[in-house]
Amino acid sequence: MATTAPVHVHAAPQGFIRRYVFSLDHKVIGIQYYFLALAAVFVGMFLSLLMRIHLVWPTAQIPLFGEIKPETYLTLLTMHGTIMVFFVLTTAPQSGFGNYFLPIQIGAPDMAFPVLNMLSFWTTFVAFVVMIAAFFVAGGAPLHGWTGYAPLSAVPNSGPGEALGADLWIVSIAIFCIASLMGALNFITTVLDLRAKGMTMMRMPLTVWAWFITAILGLLAFGVLLSAGILLLMDRNLGTSFFVPGGLNFTGQLTVTPGGLSPSTTNFTHHGGSPLLWQHLFWFFGHPEVYIAILPGMGVASQLLSTFSRKPIFGYKAMVYAIMAIGILGFVVWGHHMFMSGMSPYSAFAFSIMTMCIGVPSAIKTFNWLGTLWHGRIRLQTPMLFAIGFVSLFVSGGLSGPFLAQPVLDIPLHDTYFVVGHFHLIMGVAAIFGIFAGTYYWFPKMFGRMMNERLGQIHFLITLLGTYAIFMPMHYLGLAGQTRRYSQFTEVAYQTKLVPLQTFMTYAALITIAAQFLFLINLFWSMRKGAKASDNPWESTTLEWSTATPPPHDNFGGQTPVVSHGPYEYSVPGAPRDFIMQTDPATTATH
Amino acid sequence: MGLALLVVIWLITFVSTYFFIAKTWWLPHGASTSAAFIDGQFTLTFILMGIVFVAAQLALGYLVWKFRDRPEAAPVEYSHGNTRLEVIWTTLTAILFIGLNLMGSRVWANERFAPASPGAVQVEVTGMQFAWYFRYPGPDGKYGPTSAKLMDASAGSEAAIGLDTGDPSAKDDVVAGVMYVPVGRQVDLTLRAVDVIHSFFVPSFRFKQDAVPGLAIHMHFTPTEIGDYEMACAELCGLGHYKMHGMVKVVSQQDFDSWLAAREAEKQ
Repeated sequence: MATTAPVHVHAAPQGFIRRYVFSLDHKVIGIQYYFLALAAVFVGMFLSLLMRIHLVWPTAQIPLFGEIKPETYLTLLTMHGTIMVFFVLTTAPQSGFGNYFLPIQIGAPDMAFPVLNMLSFWTTFVAFVVMIAAFFVAGGAPLHGWTGYAPLSAVPNSGPGEALGADLWIVSIAIFCIASLMGALNFITTVLDLRAKGMTMMRMPLTVWAWFITAILGLLAFGVLLSAGILLLMDRNLGTSFFVPGGLNFTGQLTVTPGGLSPSTTNFTHHGGSPLLWQHLFWFFGHPEVYIAILPGMGVASQLLSTFSRKPIFGYKAMVYAIMAIGILGFVVWGHHMFMSGMSPYSAFAFSIMTMCIGVPSAIKTFNWLGTLWHGRIRLQTPMLFAIGFVSLFVSGGLSGPFLAQPVLDIPLHDTYFVVGHFHLIMGVAAIFGIFAGTYYWFPKMFGRMMNERLGQIHFLITLLGTYAIFMPMHYLGLAGQTRRYSQFTEVAYQTKLVPLQTFMTYAALITIAAQFLFLINLFWSMRKGAKASDNPWESTTLEWSTATPPPHDNFGGQTPVVSHGPYEYSVPGAPRDFIMQTDPATTATH
Repeated sequence: MGLALLVVIWLITFVSTYFFIAKTWWLPHGASTSAAFIDGQFTLTFILMGIVFVAAQLALGYLVWKFRDRPEAAPVEYSHGNTRLEVIWTTLTAILFIGLNLMGSRVWANERFAPASPGAVQVEVTGMQFAWYFRYPGPDGKYGPTSAKLMDASAGSEAAIGLDTGDPSAKDDVVAGVMYVPVGRQVDLTLRAVDVIHSFFVPSFRFKQDAVPGLAIHMHFTPTEIGDYEMACAELCGLGHYKMHGMVKVVSQQDFDSWLAAREAEKQ
């Protein structure tokens, strides 16, 4: 039930530390998450730049880095994937924007558990520090890829970086899981208990629905990854055998894990573990995780397409049911990552059908986005450009899904660049476009100033063309059989012929990465020098636009908002202006 | 900006589609019995998804240009959607996706559910950091036992896979670094790995299967054309992953027999 009584009334803190560092205010915590993700995305992007350079100029001398060795390349791809998935795609859209805007959009003064909220941010921060530390320990960061398949990840002598670096990688992810569980609990409770009067579930903005369902996915998925990570740590350090079978041989050494509980009890020989168990546990988390990354972007795209088309979202209920369907089906498709793994070919049938089914709600969303544009009056401001880019990328990345979802087509395509192109378009770049769209849209509310439109347009055009130029050719490479995670293509003759296309992609990456500095400049310049923003610069309807800019400590300045309308009432016939805010009095008949 | 957006989205659509249709980069020539099935299903999926891709992107570009905000723009149509349309496109998408899936499943079942035929050529594939070894059971049709304790990667061949040469069934086992198979005969593979997961991938055969430590995975395929076919490891296996490639030589039955006989003779 929605309640109007604030659960906790805390006065605005005065000291710098309580206000900006260990703050309990969801808005400050949201901004902290956002900047953590911003730092992480530039680290992750820098790693991808090094990878792209190494692939086409393997002997290049990189300043401060020297020449990149094959094992260093694998380290780069492992850390690129891990940092991007966890600390960018999970952190910015959900924890960043969700923290800042979820309570305001439902009319709450804060999250349900402010202390837990602060804890979850600082726990995430610790996880990031531990992850980065893996670069600096003896042996460096691990090379087992972001999926950490055992036994490569489970046996310290399977390669460089698989000693202390791999332990830190696992510990960091485990800490991240704990942080995400705390965040998920908070989001769910807040949505269920702290909605303002009149804010029924079916009046919630689609952003709130996306954050809510994402939080449920997080609650169910991160616990499993946490357990899997602990088991992997035990295999590595305590001599257990969850993921390592007996009788393995690593360049002359049997699988003996040194160390253990005390130096005198060394020589644990593994026996009876299953490498496939790790894959099942990992992908039970890993597939919902891709929806954790993309659902908030879908919410933002829906919100913006409606707002900037000046039209109600097409099929609000269908959009809500589609988010739920994606959330549920997301938990029964993990096996499609394992068609080639040695898993029973019969189970591939089930996973494959379920995967095709998840395409249906995704298609519904796309049709409804196009339907929203139809006969609208589209304002092509920067936030909208990125929302439109999101739809384009979502379609492109989504349509390669039905290839990979068919086991028989997965045979030639699995572990090739086709897969890399697919997931970068749909959960990488589409999600990033969702973050950009959210940033350009909510920046005025967060910082009280407008971002520069001209810089935003240039940033958008280069980024859209650039991402297609980088990731579309990956599909061609995959068709031709180019395997992923190869540091060089010099050894296999048919792959050497594909290097010119790789070179083109590297040039595209250089230009696209350079364009991201336009965004960075726009962000920081606009914070200080941008034009002053009004309370509702986009003429939006949701609750964050009916309070001051930036919002006061308790969000609504002592007022308790009352909601009388659905979230997307634009161009209502007979209304005095072309939008009715959710808090406007109920004088006009709306939904 | 509306026109710029239309041009950019349409340009991306046409250029992306052109390289698929021109087949500038495409699946390599198929050389196994399943290749034709798989390529047919691929082409069907490609045509259907291609139509949806082009239609959706062109519509997106057109809509944002056509309905852009400008002084003479028509008033907005106030609508919360259309339930009948929702039902129609949900049903169509479901039929399209699930139908495609069922069609592809038949091929998968043919390939994976039936065991290899009794007359198939037996080959055991062993993956290790960072090499492939191929073992033939010899005239007795039985693979000799192997043991991790006997493995010596630096010695290569029999020692690399830890073959227990003292065992009678191991006496006639042939271990090679290149895979020879006769054309037109089914090959019954047993895939093994001794350290981490590797993946046996021959693009021309449309064949891929992980080799997993602790498992002996049985798979079969039938090569249809004589020639040399490159294989590459397709599962990240460590620092030398990119170097872990091999060669499958498909030869006539006669050449295969004489090659195998020569290897047996070397052993005696």
